[in-house]
Amino acid sequence: MTDLQKRSMLKLAAVSAVAGAALLGCGKKQEVAPATVAAPVAAAPAKAEPLKIAFAYVGPVGDGGWTFAHDNGRKAVEKEFGDRVVTSFVEKVPESADAERVIRDMAAQGNKLIFGTTFGYMEPMLKVAADLKDVKFEHATGYKTAANMRTYDSRTYEGAYMAGVIAGKMSKTGTLGVVGSIPIPEVVRNINSFTLGAQSVNPAVKTKVVWVNEWFNPPKETEAATALINGGADVLFQNTDSSAVLQTAEKMGKRAFGWDSDMTAYGPKAHLGSAIINWGPYYIKAVGEALDGKWTGGTSAWWGVKEGAIDIISLAADVPEDTKKRVDEIRAGLKDGSFSIWKGPIMDNTGKELLAKDVVADDKFLGGLKTYVKGVEGKVPGG
Amino acid sequence: MDSTALLLAATLSAGTVLAIASLGLLINEKAGIVNLGAEGMMLCAAIAGFATVVHTGNTWLGFAAGMAAGAFLAAVFGALVIWLGTNQYATGLALTLFGAGFSAFVGIGYVQEKLPEQAQYPIPFLSDIAFIGPALFRQHPMVYIAMALAGGLAWFLYRTRAGLVLRSVGESPESAHALGYSVRRIRLAAVMAGGALCGLAGSYVSLVYAPLWVEGMIAGKGWIALALTTFATWRPARVLLGAYLFGGVTMLQFHLQGLGVNVPPQLLSMLPYLATIVVLVLISRNPLWIRANMPTSIGKPFYPGA
Amino acid sequence: MLFTLPTHMGRRMRLEVRPQPSPFWSYVSPVLALLITVVIGIGLFMALGKDPVKGLQVFFWEPIKSPYALGELLVKATPLLIIALGLAVCFRSNVWNIGAEGQFVIGALAAGGVALLADKTTGRWIIPAILAAGVLGGMAWAGVTAFLRDRFNANEILVSLMLVYVADLILGYLVFGPWKDPAGYNFPQTKTFEAVTQIPRLMQGSRVTIGILLALVGVAALWLYLYRTYAGFAQEVSGQAPAAARYAGFSSRRALWVALLVSGGAAGLAGALEVAGPIGQLTPYVPAGYGFAAIIVAFVGRLHPVGVVFSALLMSMFYIGGELAQSRLGLPKSITGVFQGLLLFNLLACDILIAHRLRFSIPPATFVQGAR
Repeated sequence: MTDLQKRSMLKLAAVSAVAGAALLGCGKKQEVAPATVAAPVAAAPAKAEPLKIAFAYVGPVGDGGWTFAHDNGRKAVEKEFGDRVVTSFVEKVPESADAERVIRDMAAQGNKLIFGTTFGYMEPMLKVAADLKDVKFEHATGYKTAANMRTYDSRTYEGAYMAGVIAGKMSKTGTLGVVGSIPIPEVVRNINSFTLGAQSVNPAVKTKVVWVNEWFNPPKETEAATALINGGADVLFQNTDSSAVLQTAEKMGKRAFGWDSDMTAYGPKAHLGSAIINWGPYYIKAVGEALDGKWTGGTSAWWGVKEGAIDIISLAADVPEDTKKRVDEIRAGLKDGSFSIWKGPIMDNTGKELLAKDVVADDKFLGGLKTYVKGVEGKVPGG
Repeated sequence: MDSTALLLAATLSAGTVLAIASLGLLINEKAGIVNLGAEGMMLCAAIAGFATVVHTGNTWLGFAAGMAAGAFLAAVFGALVIWLGTNQYATGLALTLFGAGFSAFVGIGYVQEKLPEQAQYPIPFLSDIAFIGPALFRQHPMVYIAMALAGGLAWFLYRTRAGLVLRSVGESPESAHALGYSVRRIRLAAVMAGGALCGLAGSYVSLVYAPLWVEGMIAGKGWIALALTTFATWRPARVLLGAYLFGGVTMLQFHLQGLGVNVPPQLLSMLPYLATIVVLVLISRNPLWIRANMPTSIGKPFYPGA
Repeated sequence: MLFTLPTHMGRRMRLEVRPQPSPFWSYVSPVLALLITVVIGIGLFMALGKDPVKGLQVFFWEPIKSPYALGELLVKATPLLIIALGLAVCFRSNVWNIGAEGQFVIGALAAGGVALLADKTTGRWIIPAILAAGVLGGMAWAGVTAFLRDRFNANEILVSLMLVYVADLILGYLVFGPWKDPAGYNFPQTKTFEAVTQIPRLMQGSRVTIGILLALVGVAALWLYLYRTYAGFAQEVSGQAPAAARYAGFSSRRALWVALLVSGGAAGLAGALEVAGPIGQLTPYVPAGYGFAAIIVAFVGRLHPVGVVFSALLMSMFYIGGELAQSRLGLPKSITGVFQGLLLFNLLACDILIAHRLRFSIPPATFVQGAR
């Protein structure tokens, strides 16, 4: 027995040493959920129990993209409502059967308002919502609702359009490249809007698209970006969530945009602007409604520039003044409703008419967009 | 024309990762050990290298850190497999699973980090030659190091005494032992060298190829490197060629998309894996060929004087 | 001169082969491995500034503390158990099927394909059809590996692994393309399966399906096969001692095919149960890594039918505990992977004690310098 204990001790010591050394070297941002989770609810003032809110994230909060933006929204809620709320989150919840368990657990923990931040949580949330009628559910980017569940989304295509305006002006070869994630309507819409924006300053511009079939895969995104540049594109756009595309552009001397959050730091020379999502305003509204008892389910909110959810920021210094002015005009036009991106005549790339002259697309049209507009090469996969 | 040159350049870069890792695994297998933990070692090396560069700013230190991480994990694997005689396949798998989890765990704080600006290394005169300039001579030094490694390893294995000893340990550990060589130490050295090279390949991915950290970023390259060793019938020069071939297939599917070829992307993405299977079949179907090339003692534990 | 012995550098640790595998260590080894993993876990919790008692609670108490929690544990454990049973047969036969994940996916695809055929008028007969399709799908995919190994001698580890990637991509192709829900706004998923295709649940209020019953039947069947049938005996001998098997007239070709088909079928069945059970449709997220986790489950369970039951439950606790650890303790999700990998490492190391004895020995040479 002593031999064994000795060996186990040695093994334990060795592995602990490795673990310890690695963790010591870890340094920053090791804490995942801030003290809000550990803070006992009893610390709240005796008047009203703070509202417990939970967020389910599909990715890691450090992804610098989609989940990062949502977590910033959560932090905005904390800042706005202080100790009237207690927030928590679970990250990297897969879009599978596990999601249901996590969401149920969130409800079991006393959370009365639950945000599910990706499409794949739709069915699990519906199931839990059906069982737990006193909990409110907010689902991002979905399309099914219930009495105690509603959906919300952001008009990322508006950011894409404004980026397109800049791209159209800055491209010397007239060929733009987009690294696409998954060919769902939202992404197709973004690619189309990007192209429409570019065509508004340069009608002859073309767009090439390469699909990586994932939301987040830096090596693949790098390869896709390289392929696009090798194919002649000199301004890149993306709907994937990492900064790999921008970094590739930086390495190869081309231009690109940031996506979801400000990515200037990742490619200072290549960066033209970042199309960002700001979930703060919507989250504050939703939480406010829940606190005031005014929250109702069954609706779909689709917020954009008008409501402060979308913007394009950190434009590069070498973008010409008149282009910057144009982007400001578009922003103002979107804010007051005087400008519509999707206004006919718009053709698809097989020559069919998508929108007749002067017809403004409604949300239903935009939600079901399945084909590329004229100027985008190729066909939407599986479409 | 220009596009083809760029495709070639991209292929070389993509293939370098596979080449370096596969050469490391080749050293292992020449000594008779199969290390299925390549993926885990590459992941840990990727985060080790990345973290090092974030803190020190020195890319070459980062590569060294990656190599150290790989060698260390390989040493743990070696101790278990060579001295304790645990099953090589299971232990390698454990290494992969552990390495994946551990690298993700340690790497949490680094997901949003970026690396300092990378230096470009175009070779002064050669890189301006039409076509082959952009294709071959504007690469990161690691690409050339990979080629030198292949050559150096071939020389080592087939032209030096030490290489001969290594190969004999792989072919017949009993004979080597009878001749007085410490089979277990030689195997450990081989395993650690292999781990160091896998680590180098892993850190190349996170420092040069896609200079970011995200968990799981090796995305199967470790497994393809393993397949590559068999594909190349355990000869370094063929490993290099095979690596470029596989790297090329991966890049090809994106290039085809960019050219507007309308095949569903998933079918294109399958190409590298299907190619690996085809090649495995072609190589394996000739048992004589396998026996002539595969180190005989692969996978079998060795107990001196048991 | 015996005085020099304690300081003599020649004192060595040695592994001595036992005359017989130790039954004591066969049972104790996994327990010991778990203990070591727990100790390391406590160390990790403390290094991260978390209360280790709470940490242990989250991993070992929370997942079993209520009937609902137990139900969820079983939901998670069912696919792991089924796949691991198949892998136990495979690994005992020395066939290294690393591609169970791919067989899971193809089984899920086949089952999903049948489920999609259902409409409002279909009867309950479709459920056995779905399960059968899953089994056949998994078998077919494993059969590819078996064929390539049988006919061309291609290494089954690499082939089955490459086929995992291919299987994932086939799933992707189908849900993005031909099988996409036409009413689904172009999202990559099939329509939700009709209610009639849902695998029956064991009881109200829990997601546990009859899958767990099938798994337990599998446990019994495997036990009988391995320990009470001639065929099972032949299967194992072919794997562990091929020369002896040949001498005895057992066919190693047959062993290869049986091993792969059984493990492929099991993985396919697990895929069918998941897809027609908790998930209810085909999405790109069907591959959940169960095929790989089941490898650990099989090993930790000592490749023994009953042992695999316990290790499946243990693994599930790690999974669920890891999820809970995020919201309760603020620990990162990757801690689950760390623990699982550590467990396997520790187990492999502790297993040595079953076949070997540890001895501190003095090399014979030193005795020659006798005590005078």
